[in-house]
Amino acid sequence: MAKHGALDLNLVASTVNGSGSQSANLVLTRAIFAMGIPVAPKNLFPSNIEGLPTWFYLRATSAGYRAGRRRADLLVALDRATFAADLARLEPGGVLVFEEAFGPPPSGAGSGPHLYPVPFARLAKASIPDADLRKYLTNIIYVGVVAEILGIPDAALEEALLHQFKSKPKALAANREAITTGREYFRSNLTKTDSLQLAALDQTEGQLLLEGNQTAALGAIMGGCTVLAWYPITPSSSLAEHVIGLADRYRVDHETGERRIATIQAEDELAAAGMVLGAGWAGARAMTTTSGPGISLMAEFIGLGYYAEIPGVFVDVQRVGPSTGLPTRTMQGDILFAYTLSHGDTRHPVLLPGSVLECYQFMQQAFDLAEQLQTPIFVLSDLDLGMNLWMTEPLPYPEYDFDRGKVLHKEQLDQMTRFERYRDVDGDGVPWRTLPGTEHPLAAYFTRGSGHDEAARYTESDETYTRVMDRLARKLETGRERLPAPIVQGGSADVGILAYGSSHHAVVEAIDILAARGLAIDYLRLRALPVASQVADFVSAHERVYVVDQNRDGQMQQILQIELGPDLAHRLRSVRHYDGMPLFAADLVDQIEPAEEPAVAEARALPLAAGAR
Amino acid sequence: MAAVTVKVNQLGLSRDDYKGLATTLCAGCGHNSITNHIVKALYDHGVDPYRLAKMSGIGCSSKATAYFVERAHAFNAVHGRMPAVTTGAAVADRDLLFLGISGDGDTASIGLGQFCHLLRRNVDCTYVVENNGVYGLTKGQFSATADLGSVQKKGSVNQLETIDIAGLAVQVGASFVARSFSGDGAQLVPLLRAALSHRGTAVLDVISPCVTFNDHEGSTKSYQYVKDHELILQEMDFIPQQTEVEVDYAEGSSTEVELHDGSRLRLRKLGRDHDPKNRLSALQVIDESRRQGEVVTGLLYVNPEMPDLCSAENLPRIPLRDLGAEQLRLTPDEFASLLKDWA
Repeated sequence: MAKHGALDLNLVASTVNGSGSQSANLVLTRAIFAMGIPVAPKNLFPSNIEGLPTWFYLRATSAGYRAGRRRADLLVALDRATFAADLARLEPGGVLVFEEAFGPPPSGAGSGPHLYPVPFARLAKASIPDADLRKYLTNIIYVGVVAEILGIPDAALEEALLHQFKSKPKALAANREAITTGREYFRSNLTKTDSLQLAALDQTEGQLLLEGNQTAALGAIMGGCTVLAWYPITPSSSLAEHVIGLADRYRVDHETGERRIATIQAEDELAAAGMVLGAGWAGARAMTTTSGPGISLMAEFIGLGYYAEIPGVFVDVQRVGPSTGLPTRTMQGDILFAYTLSHGDTRHPVLLPGSVLECYQFMQQAFDLAEQLQTPIFVLSDLDLGMNLWMTEPLPYPEYDFDRGKVLHKEQLDQMTRFERYRDVDGDGVPWRTLPGTEHPLAAYFTRGSGHDEAARYTESDETYTRVMDRLARKLETGRERLPAPIVQGGSADVGILAYGSSHHAVVEAIDILAARGLAIDYLRLRALPVASQVADFVSAHERVYVVDQNRDGQMQQILQIELGPDLAHRLRSVRHYDGMPLFAADLVDQIEPAEEPAVAEARALPLAAGAR
Repeated sequence: MAAVTVKVNQLGLSRDDYKGLATTLCAGCGHNSITNHIVKALYDHGVDPYRLAKMSGIGCSSKATAYFVERAHAFNAVHGRMPAVTTGAAVADRDLLFLGISGDGDTASIGLGQFCHLLRRNVDCTYVVENNGVYGLTKGQFSATADLGSVQKKGSVNQLETIDIAGLAVQVGASFVARSFSGDGAQLVPLLRAALSHRGTAVLDVISPCVTFNDHEGSTKSYQYVKDHELILQEMDFIPQQTEVEVDYAEGSSTEVELHDGSRLRLRKLGRDHDPKNRLSALQVIDESRRQGEVVTGLLYVNPEMPDLCSAENLPRIPLRDLGAEQLRLTPDEFASLLKDWA
């Protein structure tokens, strides 16, 4: 797949959940990263604390691709239960490191793999006397074996170990020793027959390895969040926990112990959403973080927030639905649902971060947008983006102050003779609001989810209802152009790709692959809903636009069909991926290439024809 | 020209300043009486209308926040969800004084979970349940507070055990629980004032007959039933902080509860022997009276020591909503060092 001479190595480690596999995987990742080699790690873990199979994909490329790859060049098989099935993940001629006790793999498994049996359990027993510790250190032995096979120097491993165990000197020493055990065993007992080798590059200088949930949490803190209400749910819990961790560190007054944020673990997602609206109504920057099942429960409050026009930030780190679905697998399955969440006519701005950097930036922007537009704002991340480590450029310090939106204070009210909460005085659909506690006789109004007029009075008047709903639609139009604009790449091709969120990384790689095969493709990355006007321009300029969705029903394609209308909708082709695995470039190439085969053939023929003319 | 003297309170506001829109509830509805008692309590207490936040859910009761203190902001939330909204608002602006009005459907059915968790967190608010045992807006279905054996207007008998809001509140750890009757202003007004002075959630379960759907023979929430079965625990006076006048009572006949702002609630024992600072005693008196078909009213339980949510969360004196980027963002130095840690 990679260009000649380019590095593209994919390692898959198959282990048992709860056996310390995660630290082993992270040490290996950071060691390769320390060699200056771009890495893309993917942790595929079960909804389980201990005992079920878990896989770790680690891809290293000189091209710096951030997407993973399906098949392994090097497979580390440490889980007996999945041993046979795991062999199918190995590329022909790949490298297999496996627990010797499993016995030799059935012949014909993979085509002629390089076999490295290692008695991991026996080595661990001999070198780690403490049985409790041994449970967590067996996996780290594999890091030593792999380091020896790939030529990862001790210095890189040491850097990774220090990062992982900097505050735990005992663990640091034990892990270091276990790595040496693995390396030594390979040197003394096995002979390298494969040709895999990692040579140092200089492509990670100044880069960071961060999770989307971590950067989103920092975005929340830098965006001025003062109320976080949440209910634990995979894969969003770590986002809330990162916010709490950052708050403990940076929002506590050292002298008084006062905390400049309220972090409330709610009784359910429904209550969490209610707390966000209560806080937003009272003038605080409030957020919740959840996943699909939580969004289902929040539907009621989101409708209230929309109709009563209350700011709030709602993060959905998407996992696989419907229902409980696959809690620890990734999907873009909530797009359509979130966009129009709740009964009646509703529509919400949805931000679609495509990188860990954007998780950070969009969170800050979400708080501004929520207060500017006085409405719930969704930030739709996903498990792949939120819970995996991604190589990223450093996060920039924000250069602008908060925009708290249209709030009238006492001093402004003093100059007024009338205040009506829902009157569109500026023609942009966004009314002015007052906060409770404003000391002015004009300030108070009655917030309600029932029918209301411009002065927030209860009414069932047909005319008033229609007028208010039309203004809400107008407000969203104002919002449309304030949302993160799409990013367009290329511009002269006949064919386009339209993608959003975490799909970006597989798309970038797929475009390279298809270009190398003679198919030029332009790319529009959508970063928010409702769609910006550039989307119609992009679709108009291309004969066919492949819309990439990580869901079964082509949810974004459906939204685009509606938003772009029949004149453009026929140009859209749906590319779908929905097995819960992160999207890989091959998933796109395998769908787009056959569909474009006639066009590619024509293009190949074209230069001849042109020359003949 | 003769000056018209209007009686005013300590803020120089008249009773009219605490009024709201005209009620749209049925004539004779207990809820309207409660509204009048609330107006009196807020006026007597000298509550600043601008600091008041009126919270409610959905139902006849929840409409009532429109009928008092028009100059205060109000949030009429969705059904049963007033606790969550109040919790969020309370941490956002701890300077607001929250008065929530709910009903028995709102509190004991659809919002039961949120109600319990509000009490657990001891969110600083007064929570009035206008309890009539029946769904009024949807025309007379039983609610979860209807007593076992209570008869519906159309004749069907409630086969299910009641959820006793006051008993439940004590059980889940509420810091202030009282029960009263919409027709008893002498008791309800001092209880409301004590609730306003209490820091934490103060639950007032107020039996409030529904004249349209639940005021007939066989109902245990009718005016007549309450009149015949009320067991009043204490007579009470609210003594504001600044009051220095001492009233003499026979020794041993009264006790006082001191509240956060220095005011006191003086209780003169009437009915059964009950120490409102004793949780077990509260549960016992609630359970006994229920089993005997009595409506026990008065201050059932109080614990002024329990920290409210804002204190427990150690929130700053300045409301969170007023903090700006300088107080909320990491400094550039902190930011750089964090990224270094993350590298």
